[in-house]
Amino acid sequence: MTPLERIQEKFPGEIIAADTFRGDETAVIRPAALKTIAGFLKLTPGLDFNFLMDLTAVDYLFYAGGRIRKESRFEVVYHFFSLKNNHRIRLKVPVDEKTPEVDSLSGLWASADWFEREVWDMFGIRFAGHPNLKRILMYEEFQGHALRKDYPVNKRQPLIGPAN
Amino acid sequence: MSGISSPANFFTSKLNDALGWARKFSIFQYPFVTACCGMEYMSTNCAHYDQDRFGAGFPRFSPRQSDVLFVVGTISHKMAPVLKTVYDQMCEPKWVVAFGVCTCTGGFYDNYSTVMGIDTIIPVDIYIPGCPPRPENVLDGLMKLQDKIQKGEQSRFLYDPRTKIGRPAEVQGPYTVEGHINHLESKP
Repeated sequence: MTPLERIQEKFPGEIIAADTFRGDETAVIRPAALKTIAGFLKLTPGLDFNFLMDLTAVDYLFYAGGRIRKESRFEVVYHFFSLKNNHRIRLKVPVDEKTPEVDSLSGLWASADWFEREVWDMFGIRFAGHPNLKRILMYEEFQGHALRKDYPVNKRQPLIGPAN
Repeated sequence: MSGISSPANFFTSKLNDALGWARKFSIFQYPFVTACCGMEYMSTNCAHYDQDRFGAGFPRFSPRQSDVLFVVGTISHKMAPVLKTVYDQMCEPKWVVAFGVCTCTGGFYDNYSTVMGIDTIIPVDIYIPGCPPRPENVLDGLMKLQDKIQKGEQSRFLYDPRTKIGRPAEVQGPYTVEGHINHLESKP
């Protein structure tokens, strides 16, 4: 039984979509169930996803040149790895534009702390329960979130020097 | 003090020549290395290309002890105030070398985070383009800088990307003994 099948069996109502491509398993899950499913993946014997490899986000505004419209503008993507079982799984959480907030996983994986700060900095997605949610790459004076697709490509916010 | 025949003029101009000669062969550089150009900078500085042949082999990691600022690598807007502070901490006379195309113009970066050329912040004397520049290219730039030091020239202009022209920077002019004497004499 693969990890994807395990969570499909355990949380049938919380999985929006799931697919497997050449052994890479992906599940799109409901935001409310993120903490429960992530905790299940980490703490269940036989799954032991003890390594959060990556946590990032995608902005689907103007996706495929605007031809494809997603229900939610953002998606937060989690890549987990089990060092013990050599398993990988990817979770995706759709995030609304109006209330861009998901639960923080920093209590489960310490590495989520900085990843979540980066996602907040670049995409403006808040993480509920994060101990220190402030910008990590850009400076505090920076307005807006640079990797949102509606951030102008040539907009400059220099600390010193002319705005070029 | 006017006219070449003046003994004081003869003396100061010859002294400036000697000072320039001494300075150009004892460059104390401050390497401000932020990115991949640093690899090429190291190879220029090490035995194969040996920057020390030109008297520029000794990096000082204090801006107060150095007279040439090597800006090596991409400068982000977050880093820009630090670079400006380091430049301001250096004592006159001082020169700036823009090493690599990122420091010259921003290079292939055109985004929210990158400074489009450090000459928008501090005046630059020598531009060494390349991504990264070959060590030969760096040595060529270094020799051009030596010519500039010998002549007692310093850049005093910043680039304004909005108007596409230079604007004067609030820095002192080139240091000359003659200028120094004039300065002392002009004091009440």
